[in-house]
Amino acid sequence: MRQQRDYFGEALLELGKSNPKVLALTADLESSLKLTAFRKEFPDRFFNVGVAEQNLVGVAVGLSLEGFIPFCASFAVFLPGRCFDQIRVSVCQNKANVKLVGGHLGFSNAGDGASAQSVEDIALMRSLPEMVVLCPFDGEETVCLTRLAAELEGPVYLRISKSEVLPNLKFQISNLKFRIGGSRILKEGKDLTILAHGPILQEVLEAAYNFDVEIIDTYSIKPLDEQAILKSAAKTGKVLVVEEHSIFGGLGSAVAELLSQQYPTPLKILGIPDVFGESARNWQQLLEKYGLNRENIERAIRKLIDK
Amino acid sequence: MNNLSQVSRKVRKEVIEMIYQAGSGHPGGSLSSTDILVGLYFGGVMGEEDKFVLSAGHICPAWYSTINLKFKIENLKLASLREVGSSLQGHPYKKFASFVETSTGSLGQGVSVGVGLALGKKMKKEKGRIWVLSSDGEQEEGQIWEAAMFASKQKLNNLCLIIDRNRMQIGGETEKITALEPLAQKYFSFGWKVLEIDGHNFDQIITAFKRAKENQEKPLAIIAKTIRGKGISFMEKQERYHACTLTEEEYEKAMEELK
Repeated sequence: MRQQRDYFGEALLELGKSNPKVLALTADLESSLKLTAFRKEFPDRFFNVGVAEQNLVGVAVGLSLEGFIPFCASFAVFLPGRCFDQIRVSVCQNKANVKLVGGHLGFSNAGDGASAQSVEDIALMRSLPEMVVLCPFDGEETVCLTRLAAELEGPVYLRISKSEVLPNLKFQISNLKFRIGGSRILKEGKDLTILAHGPILQEVLEAAYNFDVEIIDTYSIKPLDEQAILKSAAKTGKVLVVEEHSIFGGLGSAVAELLSQQYPTPLKILGIPDVFGESARNWQQLLEKYGLNRENIERAIRKLIDK
Repeated sequence: MNNLSQVSRKVRKEVIEMIYQAGSGHPGGSLSSTDILVGLYFGGVMGEEDKFVLSAGHICPAWYSTINLKFKIENLKLASLREVGSSLQGHPYKKFASFVETSTGSLGQGVSVGVGLALGKKMKKEKGRIWVLSSDGEQEEGQIWEAAMFASKQKLNNLCLIIDRNRMQIGGETEKITALEPLAQKYFSFGWKVLEIDGHNFDQIITAFKRAKENQEKPLAIIAKTIRGKGISFMEKQERYHACTLTEEEYEKAMEELK
């Protein structure tokens, strides 16, 4: 299997070919964010600003004001982390047409440890007015959401992983087009609604295999597909959120905000339990240690259904 | 130059008027940078394709007044500074005013955006120059130096950064807080061309702006030595006037001096 970031890199290259306004910028993380192919094809449209995330964002804003569509990429810990105020004022207050890419999401950068493992990026980006937050899962979705990001006029945050993902989901039921504020049902069921995003969905799909549960890929976290979530909650009466992000401020919080105000439903949030990550030899070790692997998800499903 | 002095006088009056009416604002920096702004907009230096960024967003009263005098902006009411819904926000906010190139008010950011604008123009092979007005206190932000390194590397000779060097910030004199000096040498060592001028002398101001066009390969930094609160005797170099609510007495005394 290829890594999710590979699909992102390819999608950006294709975008670059079809739209001369698309640029790629990074704070010295070209190869990590798979921007090399873009750089080689379009050397004049690629900029490495060096290890300087705040300037990265400012320069991207200036370029967008001159009519370009800049994609700025770094690790999710640094973007938004290191340049949050710049995103707030220069990007969002201007509603600038800048696409922010946070790579190595969650625990996907196992070896480097806590300082490279973002548990809080969705919480940060959700809180900003004008920001759109997209979290793709498989290769096809990654490509489509990258394209969507470029088509939308305004700020977008795209959360990308180092983890391996399937190229596409052939078994997928609905043939819905991807859209900002959309979601897709991966499995229909009646005993429980599971909402999840990103590569962790693979663990969810495997954990849920033998259960009559409904799984929704909630790839658009802001804006949220409220209709789809409410409809499913009404159908099953119970909701489980699984995400490779802190239990505070991510999809779980977004869903809690929605349900408690519009359709109070028992909800369980399975995420990174308010801790930073740590070093490990591989991703699975961290999922296991922090309760996000398929065995633990299955346990959570069973517990919710049996209640 | 006589005419420019007259324009400056008018701007200073409007600055005091606006801040008094609004009940809050930043008179000190607005007054110290007035002559720079008047020189830029009325000195025959700015081209049609040029852009301006007020990175030191807090001194916007002086900028609002200057651009209004120059362009007679439709529906712009100076008396509405800081009023709900006004295009004249306390710090320039693009959502409320289309004449704002980029929202500012968080120091260091406008300079970076200016660098991006300059880069964009170069990529499109367009003529326009990017003028950025910054404050000396703002030079304490790390982002400024990230931007400076990048601008030099990219050879952005279409970028002109003006620094309102009034040697004061909220906490008092800049040099008592940080060692900004030697500021000119810092920019020079970052690969910029640097000019130091008297920020209240129009001959020097206009001459410096004209030299921006001579630039071959480097961005230009103009360090304009100014007096914070310039033009009103009791405000000059006084700590109170970075940001404050003007009393009726201060207002009347100020307007009297500017008559």
